[in-house]
This record gives sequence, structure tokens and C-alpha cells, in this order.
Amino acid sequence: MADLKLTDIAKTYGGKVDVLKHIDLEIETGELIVFVGPSGCGKSTLLRMIAGLEKITDGTLEIDGQVVNDVPPAQRGIAMVFQSYALYPHMTVRENMSFALKLAKKTATEIDAAVSKAAKILQLEDYLDRLPKALSGGQRQRVAIGRSIVRNPKVYLFDEPLSNLDAALRVATRIEIAQLKESMPESTMIYVTHDQVEAMTLATRIVVLANKGIAQVGTPLELYERPENEFVAQFIGSPSMNLLAGEIVATGEQTVVKLDGGGTVTSAVPTLDSDKGLKVNVGVRPEDMIATTDDSYLFEGKVHITEALGEVTLLYFDKIGGNDAVIGKLPGIHTGLRGETVRMHAAPEKVQIFHNGQSLYYR
Amino acid sequence: MHPAFQGFVTIFLGVGGCLAYFYFSNQFLDKVLFPAKGENIGRNINRANLVRPWLFLFPAIFALGLYLAYPVFATLWYSLTDREQGGAFVGLANYQQMFADPKFWEALKNNMLWLVVVPAASTAFGMLAAQLTDRIKWGAIAKSLIFMPMAISFVGASVIFKLIYDTRPVGQSQIGVLNAVWLQFDGGVGSFLILRLVPGLLMICAAAAALFVAWNLVQTARSSKGGGLAKGLRALGAMTLTAIALTALSFAFGAFTKAYNFGVPQTWLTIPGWNSFFLMIVLIWIQTGFAMVILSAALRGIPEETIEAAIVDGANPFQVFFKIKMPQISGTIVVVWTTITLVVLKVFDIVFAMTNGQWETQVLANYMYDKLFRANDWGLGSASAMIIMLLVSPILIWNVYNARKEMR
Repeated sequence: MADLKLTDIAKTYGGKVDVLKHIDLEIETGELIVFVGPSGCGKSTLLRMIAGLEKITDGTLEIDGQVVNDVPPAQRGIAMVFQSYALYPHMTVRENMSFALKLAKKTATEIDAAVSKAAKILQLEDYLDRLPKALSGGQRQRVAIGRSIVRNPKVYLFDEPLSNLDAALRVATRIEIAQLKESMPESTMIYVTHDQVEAMTLATRIVVLANKGIAQVGTPLELYERPENEFVAQFIGSPSMNLLAGEIVATGEQTVVKLDGGGTVTSAVPTLDSDKGLKVNVGVRPEDMIATTDDSYLFEGKVHITEALGEVTLLYFDKIGGNDAVIGKLPGIHTGLRGETVRMHAAPEKVQIFHNGQSLYYR
Repeated sequence: MHPAFQGFVTIFLGVGGCLAYFYFSNQFLDKVLFPAKGENIGRNINRANLVRPWLFLFPAIFALGLYLAYPVFATLWYSLTDREQGGAFVGLANYQQMFADPKFWEALKNNMLWLVVVPAASTAFGMLAAQLTDRIKWGAIAKSLIFMPMAISFVGASVIFKLIYDTRPVGQSQIGVLNAVWLQFDGGVGSFLILRLVPGLLMICAAAAALFVAWNLVQTARSSKGGGLAKGLRALGAMTLTAIALTALSFAFGAFTKAYNFGVPQTWLTIPGWNSFFLMIVLIWIQTGFAMVILSAALRGIPEETIEAAIVDGANPFQVFFKIKMPQISGTIVVVWTTITLVVLKVFDIVFAMTNGQWETQVLANYMYDKLFRANDWGLGSASAMIIMLLVSPILIWNVYNARKEMR
């Protein structure tokens, strides 16, 4: 129901401490946008600015083409679900859900209809007359979501809604949110999390925030397959992408990089002739590595620890060249590889090339 | 023996005696009475554990019984006897005599007035101070200033306020602040504004607010499914509020019509009706700090996110305060209110030091002192003490109940 447009948004505390700078973002109706990033990257601050709980220091925020920088939160057409649920402890579930409607001077029939509809969607009908303290964590979270549904907002804002739930409940509630989104295809949702599984599974597009700005915006698969920079490459995926230093030795449709550790790898990323001799980092995800006995290999290293997770085995290699520890992930159980020297390789289309932290694919 | 040495010996004997009691009684229980050995070892240990709490509680129970419970019954007995007749039982004669004494009804009426005004005003001002000082930079300083009267004894505070209310004959310069201010009024426009319009309007507002709350109570009582007790309480509250509203309206009428004595210094503490309020101000001044500190802590305990959620839901600052913050600290408000109520019911020092109950400012505690220690009539004194206890008990029980509920 609503487009959002953020233009050059900035947040500064006390005129000195920059939290966010130059945020440009367009969100379309019906999208579920996820803000991810490390702690302290400002993702919650950005959400709170959209909500109107934090003042926007600079730039403009438009909802439905209307600048709302100075519009109070209640009139922005947004609803927010807080990390700690933020239920009013002295009100029953029903009163919690109808509070906003009462403030908006809706009639009793309208309120009843909206509340019972939301309660039905969230399976809260049996709990309407309970106080929040008599509910479990998952039920409280559903009430918090219900409180936003009844207002029928243009934009839903979720601030780490699952981080107070235990692991099993988190998965279940995540799926519920996904279903909720599916049942309301017209509503726009913005979701803040530090959990990349939530980001990957829920998002239509992910916004990765880092270093006071946006590192990359894209669909989950774009971020996974074609990260724009080393930060996104290492932030998305677990264990994170390996970066191996090397030098471009052949350019063209495909690029050949000779690695400092001794190996050579071909990447599907095209390069210009002038790139020859460029110092680069080659990025390969642990799960894209293949064990090989060929003479052409990415690197050769001694496995000093193996971790068998059942479906896969993680191989931790000793330092190769000047790189940090490299991790490989092989399907099946390979605990016998501990202490062995193994050659690893990767398919050209799975190999990223970064120069100065930026991917050569995107220039 | 030197008094200091005596004191030291007393402390040594008291503390040492306590320690010795706990240690040796415990040893006696475990080693002699129910020794943890022999064929009945399991049964002995169980019995020892059943007896132990009573053993350790005994000194406290004994002391409380001796110094609290026994005096209650003794007072009750004294209230039924007459000293003149050598302590003969006279039934309810003392009570009859007391109920026939207009001074007693004056004291009771004043106590009720104190009971309504002081806790309400202290809690309201404390709440206001707590809410406002949280939002300003020098709030901490303001808070310590407001809290400071708590450190002053009631008598000390009374002396301070006696100076404020002090009166000097016409022609001399007034050292009392209140009279100094009073003499500034000359019956002109400013006097009309400050002495008639402002108080009159305030009283009308208060009446309107009381009526509004009463009306709301009636509405909730009619619509809610609550039991007869809840409905009865609401009805009672509504009636009290209506009475308050009527009083406020009559005050407003008085504010507009009263003939003021401009230019003449007033002896504030001898104006019947008003002087009680001048005394109450002293206690309000002291208790506001207490209310503020407790309520401020409670306000800070409210989760910030619930307030933000309310803002997103469209609540304005007043709605946030009255519908989100106040209900969340309602338990604390009740505890503060009842605690101040207990102080008020026992109020003695302020009245004793400032007017000694003259000019219609008598209160029950001072009345009791008057009868017991000045008139040497233990019957009447004890009877009034019983009345005070009767008034305090329900509030005390309610206070304990609420405090426990808070802790849970």
C-alpha cells in the first residue's frame, strides 16, 4: 500500500557522532525489506527514524510520495513491533490490540471487528481476556503483531521481533511472519535483524548496513552469489566466504588469478587487459570448494581441525600464504582428513574477485 | 559507674546475650533434645528442624508481644476504667464522655481533612516533581532540594513555618514571609486576579475534575461485570468525589465574595478553617520529597518501549502519562499514598509545636496527649488512642497487602 523513499538520510547525535550517512533507498509496495548488519551499524536507528521515534538529522523520508520528516509517528501510517514486545502490562490482550483504535476514536463495533479479525489470523482468540504476563513469549510476540495488524497500517516495522524467543519458537514464528506477509501481499514490511537466516528466508530484498551506510541492496540470492564488496561477501553465509590474496595473471572473459599461497584459479568474472598484475582478493565460499587431486588447484593446505556436522564436514586449514585461516565445507563426513594435506578447488562461476574491497564484477 | 561504661556494658550484654541465646539454644536442640545420632536419628533431625524456626523467632515474638501486643490490650483495658475511682471498670463511660466532647469531633474532623488533603497533595506534587525532574538537566539538583525537608524533624519544620506565618503588629516590619506578601495586596486589579480569579477558577476546575472522575466511576460501575463489592466501592468513591466537588464549589464562591482585610497583617494560625491547611502545608512540604523519590524510581522502571509503542499508537503526552505510565506504577502510587496516610493519622508534632490544637486545629493524636498527660485522664486518653488505632489498622493492612503484591 505504500512506497517509501529515503533520500540522503543521515543521523547524527549531538552534532558530532555520525551514526548513518547518505542513506538512499527506495522501497516498493508489497516488499519485505530486511535491514541486516553487525551490532551498532545503525539498522535499528534507521527503522526508528522511519517510525518517527528518532529525529531525522538530514535528508528526506517520503511515504507514498509525501515527505513525513516532521509528521508524528501515529500519522505516518506505520505500525511497529518491538524487540521486547512492548505490550502494555496493565491491559488485557484485547485492550492492548484496541488501544490505538480507541485513541483514533473508532466506534466499538469497528474495534471489535478489527480485533477479532486479527485474533483469528494470529490464533489468539482464546487469550483475548488475559494479561500479557499470563502469556508465553511466542504468544506475546503474536499479540504485538496483532496490535499492529488492527491498525491496518501502510508500513509494518519489525525491530528484531524474534530475538527474545528461543530457537525452536523462533523458527516457528519466522514461518508465521512469512505466512502473514503472504496473506497481506499489499502491505509493505521493513524488518530489522542481525540474524542472516531470518534475512535470507523472509526478505524480498535485503539491505546490508555497514560503516554508517548501505553496503549493498539486493535479493537474498544476489547478495549470496554476487556480493558487491568484501564486507557483504563475508557477512552473508556461514561460515563466511574465504578471501585469498593473489595477482591477476590472465584477463578476458575469464580471469586467472595466481594466489600468493601457490595455487591458481580461474574466475568467471571478466576483466580488462589493464587489470593484469592487479593485486586482488579471491573470494570462495566454503561450500563451493571441491577436494581435488589435479595439478590445477586453488590451494593446498594441511587440515588442522575437522568439524563433522553430520550432513557436512568443516575443514579448518592452517594459514595459507598471508591469509587468515581458510575454511572448507565438504558434504558427508570426512573426519579422517585431520592432519592430511588436501588440495581444494572451485568452479570458475563460484569465484569472486575483489580489488580494494570492491567486487570487479560490478564496475 | 560512668554512664558511657554503663552503655557499653548494656550493648555488650544485649548483643552478647542475643548471640549466646541463638548459639546455645541451637546447640541444646541438636545435642541434647533431639541428638542427631542413635536409632531415632532421622526422626530427631526432622523434629529439630520443625522446632528450630520457633526457637529462633522466639525473642522477636516475645519482644513484639511485650512492647506492641500487650500495650494494645492494656490500653483497651485502661480505656474501660476510671483513674479517679482507683481504676474501677466503668464500661464504655469513657467513650461516651469522649463522644460528647466537641473537641473530639473537631479533632476527628480535622484528622479526616488531613487524611484527604495531605496524602493527595503529597502524592500529586511528588508525581509532578518526579515526572518533571526526569526531563531537565538540573533535575538531580532539584530532586535533592525537594527531598531535603525529609531530613528535617517535624518540630524543626514547624519552627521554620512558624517564622513564615509570623505576625507583627501594624506599623512594624513583618518578618513572616506570608504577611510580607499579604501586605503587597491593596485591593487593586492584581489582588483581584491573584486572590479571587485564580483561586476561584482553580476551585471550579478541581470541582469539574472531581465530577468528571465521579461520572467515569459511575459509568464503569454500570457497564462493568464486576461484583457487588467493586460496584459499592465505586459508588462510595463517586459520592466522596461529589462531596469534594461541592466543597470546592463553595470555596470558589467564597473566593469571589469574601471581603478581604487588605493592609492588615493576618495572624494566620488563628484563622479557623484555614489554619488547619497552613499546618498541613508543613507535612506536605516534608512528604512530597518522599513521594517524589519513590515515584521517580517507579517511573524509571517503566519499559521505554511501552511508551514508544504508545506514541506509535497515537497517544499524546497526557495519554501516555495517564494511560500508560500511571497504570504501570499504580501499585507504587497506592503504597506511597497509604504510607503517607499512616504518617498523617499519627500526626502530632506539627500541631503540638505550632498551635497545640487551639483555634480549631486539634487532631486526634494531640487530643490523646492532651487528655493523657495534661488532664491525667488515662481513661479518655486510652479511648482516643483506641480510636486512632481503629482508624490506622485497615489502612495498615491494606498497605502491607499492597506492598506484598508489589514484591511478587
